[in-house]
Amino acid sequence: MTDLLIIFIGAVLVNNFVLVQFLGLCPFMGVSTKLESAVGMSMATAFVLTLASICSYLVNTYVLSPLGIEFLQTISFILVIAAVVSLSKMFIEKTSPVLYRVLGIYIPLITTNCAVLGVALQNTTRSHSFFQSTIYGFGAAVGFSLVLILFSAMRERIAVADVPVPFKGAAVGMITAGLMSLAFMGFSGLV
Amino acid sequence: MQSADPVLLFAIIALVGLAVLFGAILGFASEKLKVEGDPIVDQIDKILPQTQCGQCGYPGCRPYAQAIASGEANINRCPPGGQATINHLADLLDVEPLSLDAESGVEEEDTKVAYIIEELCIGCTKCIQACPVDAILGAAKQMHTVITTECTGCDLCVDPCPVDCIEMITVEKGVNEWHWDLPPSTSRQLAGLNISDVITTDRARSKQDDAA
Repeated sequence: MTDLLIIFIGAVLVNNFVLVQFLGLCPFMGVSTKLESAVGMSMATAFVLTLASICSYLVNTYVLSPLGIEFLQTISFILVIAAVVSLSKMFIEKTSPVLYRVLGIYIPLITTNCAVLGVALQNTTRSHSFFQSTIYGFGAAVGFSLVLILFSAMRERIAVADVPVPFKGAAVGMITAGLMSLAFMGFSGLV
Repeated sequence: MQSADPVLLFAIIALVGLAVLFGAILGFASEKLKVEGDPIVDQIDKILPQTQCGQCGYPGCRPYAQAIASGEANINRCPPGGQATINHLADLLDVEPLSLDAESGVEEEDTKVAYIIEELCIGCTKCIQACPVDAILGAAKQMHTVITTECTGCDLCVDPCPVDCIEMITVEKGVNEWHWDLPPSTSRQLAGLNISDVITTDRARSKQDDAA
């Protein structure tokens, strides 16, 4: 139980995928201008991350390892992620048309979110068990959602701030992300 | 280390198997999670000019599109779209093109845009409430003005004005405003967008639009 908790805290704060490992930066910068869409995006990504880490664990343990073809991990994980993303796209379209409209093209873009592939690959390199993989994926999702929502709240505030002209828009966003990353470095040593 | 052949075979079988499995799951899910939304309504809505003027008797373009799709309304009740829209709808729905329903109104030959005579405007905000596309800027007791790039020329703001300070002016078609008569979905975005001379404050924006 303690090791699951450690994995969870580690994935959320200490080895945060966005701010410490710098994975999944495209949605982090792209969908963070509005709090509402950031919340939606983090929900969708959380769903995909958790499900994808479970599925890729199953594929790796029961298909790739027994056949001795672990070198196909990357391509088969991409296959798994693409399928999970399509599934969640249909699911969102069915259950929440409003969210589907808000997220729009970002849902297919989760496929190319490197954090999702990163979680799957790290699960295999760290030889996590089933529950550990699930918790690691869920922790990554929580960490991603946390920083995405925090960052979008900051960007909404920055949008009305008096930013010097050369720093307007994405530039000040990058600087803010860097400062947030520095702040998250402070969690190292927590676990 | 095994010889290369069985590994290769395993690799191919495993990947094909996974692909088939996921394909089957997705195919099943797409049947199960099918969205009941009516795509024909979206297609009709795209053809309609999106003036939201209500001259068809429905509260906007989308309700009219729904009415057409369900067979409640004829396709000839959209004066802003004119004959071109009717022909497109007839094409889409595979019915005979009709001429414009006289009850709904007449087709305007020229692109029109609302113009507020600023000396007369008393700032009553009545036109703002009437505008279906939020093209009028202003506040109570402040002079109002029309965002020409948003105005669809539906003249719903003319009647509510208590001091008759709104005119519909025809947009002169000069070299800059003339465009090919493209299908309605694109022609509205192209036609009449750079009428930047009516309001000075919109110049920068319409230039941006042009650049984009």
